[in-house]
Amino acid sequence: MATIATPRRLPLIGRARARTRGNEERRMPLGRQILMQLICLFITLTVLFPIIWIFSMSIDPRNISRPDALNLIPPGWSFDAYRRVLEQPTNNPISFLGLAANSLKIALGSSVVAVLIGVTAAYAFSRLRFRGRESLMIAILGVLMLPSVAVIIPLYVFLNQFRIDFAGLSFNLRASLLGVSLAVISAQLPFAIWNLKGYLDTIPRDLEEAAAVDGASQNQIFIRVVLPLSTPAIAVTGFLGFLGGWTEYLTAYMFIGGNVQDWTLSIALNSMVGQFARTTPWSAFAAFAILFALPVSVVFFFFQRYLVGGLAVGGVKG
Amino acid sequence: MATTSAALPQPARTRRVRRNVQPYLYLLPAFVVMGIITFYPLLFQVWMSFHDFGLKNFRTVNPVPAPFIGLDNYVRIAESKLQIPNFEFLRLVLFNLWWAFSNVVVHVVLGVLIAVVLNTKGLLFRGVYRALFILPVVIPSIIVATVWRNMFDPDAGAVNFLFQAVGGLIGIPADNPAFHLNWLRQANDPISFIPLPLAYFAMLTANTWLGWPLNAVVATGALQSIPGDLYEAADMDGANGWQKFRTVTIPFLRPAMLPYAIYGFVITFNLFFLPYFMTGGEPFGRTEILVTQAYRLANDRQLFGVAAAFSVYLFFLLLVVTLITNRLARATKSYAD
Repeated sequence: MATIATPRRLPLIGRARARTRGNEERRMPLGRQILMQLICLFITLTVLFPIIWIFSMSIDPRNISRPDALNLIPPGWSFDAYRRVLEQPTNNPISFLGLAANSLKIALGSSVVAVLIGVTAAYAFSRLRFRGRESLMIAILGVLMLPSVAVIIPLYVFLNQFRIDFAGLSFNLRASLLGVSLAVISAQLPFAIWNLKGYLDTIPRDLEEAAAVDGASQNQIFIRVVLPLSTPAIAVTGFLGFLGGWTEYLTAYMFIGGNVQDWTLSIALNSMVGQFARTTPWSAFAAFAILFALPVSVVFFFFQRYLVGGLAVGGVKG
Repeated sequence: MATTSAALPQPARTRRVRRNVQPYLYLLPAFVVMGIITFYPLLFQVWMSFHDFGLKNFRTVNPVPAPFIGLDNYVRIAESKLQIPNFEFLRLVLFNLWWAFSNVVVHVVLGVLIAVVLNTKGLLFRGVYRALFILPVVIPSIIVATVWRNMFDPDAGAVNFLFQAVGGLIGIPADNPAFHLNWLRQANDPISFIPLPLAYFAMLTANTWLGWPLNAVVATGALQSIPGDLYEAADMDGANGWQKFRTVTIPFLRPAMLPYAIYGFVITFNLFFLPYFMTGGEPFGRTEILVTQAYRLANDRQLFGVAAAFSVYLFFLLLVVTLITNRLARATKSYAD
């Protein structure tokens, strides 16, 4: 698909700012400036409203189960909700760290595998000429465009056939974190290949040609020249994959179901919302949502200029 | 490599063979993995779609083979004759298309307008605004969807409270029914001649919050590529602000925005998070989209064969959408050059 071929050409906010700073000699008339500021302030309010609301609810000291009025500035503050959520967020006997460890296993396992085997394929697609290149790329792209729902139904049946007996452990592959990680890899691998290929396409070939003249083999060029050069893209792809695994819900919920010890953060979060959550105070939900989002959101915020381009290629597959 | 020992007397040929094989060796790990956990399941899905595949066929001990039923699953879906409530295939497809289209229009228009505002020469605190406006993008979608689900709660949600607070300022009592809307479940349509439930508008609001910032980022880049002398020339010709926007800004934005809008359409078309976590398809399955319905067929109803046929439908629908949008993109590519 030609439409998403150039992920790294997307404008980068920081660079854009630097470029415009030069031609700002012209001053804006005061009335216009005030109007513009009012518009921007209004947009800021709409953007911040949910964030302030959830933050204020999480530190509200009154320990109310449901808010009864709009409190954007809570009366005082307390981290009690955070303490409770860290100990035991839901009625099930699993702590926040236990849930986070399960999410982390899926996120790390799937993103590392997807990037490791994705980068060699990306290199082949970007640099090598071979028969069937076009059709294999179309196959990758076709899978990339498919929503993950379309793959997990047969995957559920397929993985359900395997029992793993290993080192004293015996479990059904489908109902395990390993099975979930496999399903997540299935969703991430095409994205990793496509995103890394897009990056490799933008690296000039001079260094590789120089290495080839010096007699380096294809493998040496790949390991000594291309891999070091593509570290930033590997980090970006890895992080976007990590983000996908960290927040994975679809497969985790369908595959793991009632086995509470294998629950992930996302399953627990949904069990704390709305009609499922008669017993969850909203301050606990708010604290949980913030603890869940904070690690990935902070990284994303500070490295946004590198990550936004990858997002546009499908980092957040539904 | 198998070739090395066989071709010793002809080193040149060895190298050529190795060069021919090498690309496939680089591809091997990825395609072995994808073959097992992507391509094989996709083929298996087609097989499942022709069978009456349910929970009983899951047993690994003494398995019961699923009976072959031909196109029955497909026919039952197309005729909306499934044993589940509120299932209407055509309505589902039309709602899904409208959901994606309406979102993209709102996101692109808002994104462009806000990018233009932020790009005005001499605007103070521009950097602060740009940093704040990216916040919706950095928060994981599952958290955005669940937080908005609680925000639209009829009794304890921030949206109704906000309306009550604003209404209080202009003297409307807080018990006015307009401030106690059951956003996600109200059965009556808010606008009588538009067949869309209130929950759709709630979802549109949440997704707009989530969606416009990336469009603004794309539009900002395109705006900054417009040469300044074009505006000066327009100034000299006596063009006003709107005329400059229409004749200079829009033609330059179009080639950048259209591919992104098309991409946004496909993403929104498959956006699982909002319908699933916010409305759960309420009221009466009217805010369900294809991906959430497929998930429910398998996960809640255990109708695996039907869900497989449903996914095949989804695949072909997406194929049609992609072909149409690709043609659109190509049509505008020549425009850009």
